[in-house]
Amino acid sequence: MKTRSRNIYLIPYVIWIALFVVTPILLVLYYSFFDIDGQFTFENYKKFFTPVYLKMTFSSFWYAFLITVITLFISYPTAYLLTKTKHKQLWLLLIIIPSWINLLLKAYAFIGIFGTYGAANSFLGIIGIGSKQILFTDFSFIFVSVYIFLPFMILPIFNALDELNPSLVDASNDLGASRWTTFQRVIFPLTLDGVKSGCQIVFIPALSLFMLTRLISGNRVITLGTAIEQHFLVTQDWGMGATIAVFLIIAMVLIMVLTGKRKRGIL
Amino acid sequence: MKKISKLSTIYLIVMFFILYAPIFYLMFYSFNSGETMYQFESFTLDWYKELFGNTRLLIIVLNTAIIALLSATISTILGVAGALAIYYARRRRVKNTLLSLNNVLIVSPDVIIGASFLILFTMIGIKLGFISVLLAHIAFSVPIVVIMVLPKIEEMNTSMIYAALDLGASRWNVLTKVILPYITPGIFAGFFMALTYSLDDFAVTFFVTGNGFTTLSVEIYSLARRGVSLNINALSSLLFVFTMLLVVGYYFITKRNNRPNRLGVRQ
Repeated sequence: MKTRSRNIYLIPYVIWIALFVVTPILLVLYYSFFDIDGQFTFENYKKFFTPVYLKMTFSSFWYAFLITVITLFISYPTAYLLTKTKHKQLWLLLIIIPSWINLLLKAYAFIGIFGTYGAANSFLGIIGIGSKQILFTDFSFIFVSVYIFLPFMILPIFNALDELNPSLVDASNDLGASRWTTFQRVIFPLTLDGVKSGCQIVFIPALSLFMLTRLISGNRVITLGTAIEQHFLVTQDWGMGATIAVFLIIAMVLIMVLTGKRKRGIL
Repeated sequence: MKKISKLSTIYLIVMFFILYAPIFYLMFYSFNSGETMYQFESFTLDWYKELFGNTRLLIIVLNTAIIALLSATISTILGVAGALAIYYARRRRVKNTLLSLNNVLIVSPDVIIGASFLILFTMIGIKLGFISVLLAHIAFSVPIVVIMVLPKIEEMNTSMIYAALDLGASRWNVLTKVILPYITPGIFAGFFMALTYSLDDFAVTFFVTGNGFTTLSVEIYSLARRGVSLNINALSSLLFVFTMLLVVGYYFITKRNNRPNRLGVRQ
C-alpha cells in the first residue's frame, strides 16, 4: 500500500495531536517564563527553588510515595487471592466497579464517615478509644487516597498474576522451594510489570489530586496539584502555576521512564 | 490449585467491605429524614423529591448528559480515524511516534490537562463555557477510543482488505463494508469508555468551565465544600444505579467482542 497519499485518516488525527497534545505543553512551558504582569522573567524558576516550594514539592512526593506503597501492600495480596477464587472475573469486576463511581462522591462519603459524629468516630467510641479529629488530617488524606486508588492498583497486578504460568510455580515447589522463596524468586519477578504499571497509575495522580486535599485534608496537605490549581484559579498567577506544572511534567516523564516496560512492539 | 484458606477469605471480605461500605453509607443516609450523615431518624424519600423538584440541578444533569454524548460521539469518530491512521502508517517510527503522542493525554495528570487547556482556550479566544468544556472532553477522550479500537484493527486479516480491493471495491467501500463492520465492537467499547470518562471528569472541567456553566461533578464539588447536604446523597444513589446500568451495558458489549464475527473470518 502506498503510504502518504492514501493515509487521509492522518489529517484529523494529526490536527488533534497538534492542537491538544503538542500546543498545550508548549504553552505551559511558554507561560512559565512570564510573571503575573506579563513580563518575561526567570523569577518563577528562582521562586520554585526557594525553601517554601521545595518543601511543598518534597512533601507532595512523600505523600504520593506513602500512598503508592500502602496501596501496593494492600493490593498485591488482594490480587493474588482473587486469582485463586472461583469466578475470578466476576470478583474482579466487583473490585473494579467502585472505581467507576464518581471520585467526588467517594470523597464526600468520607466527609460523612470521618466527621466528628460519623461512623468512624462511633466505632472508635465503641472500642474504647474515644472520638478523635479524623477529618482534615494527613491520615484521612492518605486513607481516602488509598481507598480511591486500590482498584487501579489491583487490576494490573491481577492481570499479571493471571498471565503467570502455574506450572512455573509447581516447578518451583517440586524443586523444594519454600512458599516464600517461590514468591520471591518466581511469582514476584514475573509480575513486576504489573506492579510497575500499577505504581505508575497511582503515583502520578497522587501527586496531583487537588480536590481530595481540599475536601478531605482541609488544606493541611498541599500537593503539587493543589498548588497548580491555587495559582491558576485562585491567585491567577498563571506563570508560577505553569512553572510548577513544568516540574510536574518532568516528574511524570521521569516516573514513566523509571517504571517503563520493556518494549514489546506495538500493543 | 489449593483451596483458599479461611484467613484469605476474611481478607477478601474485609477488602470488599471497605470498598463498598462508603458507597452504601452514602445511599443509606439518602433516606434519612434528619439533616445529617450520622443520625438516622426515620425513612423518607423527601431528598429524592427535592432533587427532582430542583430545576437548576436538572439542567446541570442535562448539560452533563449532552456534553457526555456529544463528546463521546465526536471523539469516537476522531478516535477511529486516529486508529486507522496509526494502522496505515507503514513506517515503524511514524507509528511509534503517533502512539506515544496518543498516550500523552492518557498518562498526564488531570491538573496539567486542565491548566494547559485553560491557557490554550484563553489564547485562542474561546469563551469558557459549554464549548470549552465540550472541546476539552473530546480532546481527552480521543486517545482512549484509539486505544480501544486499535487492537481490533490490528487483529483484522489484511487479506480481507486486499480481497475487497481486488474485487473492485473503492476505498470508501473498503472502509464501510469491510473495516467498520469488523471493528464495530471496538468502536462501541471506545464510545462507552469515552462516555464514562466524560461523565466522571471533574478536574479538567473544573479548570475550563468558567462561570455560568456547570457539570454534575463540578456542582457536587462545590456542594461538598459547603459541607454535608443529604441532597448529594440522594443524587449519588441515583448515580450509582446509573453507573451500574452502564457497567452492565459495557459488560455485554465486551462479551459481544469475544463472540466470533458474523463473517466468521476469525476462525
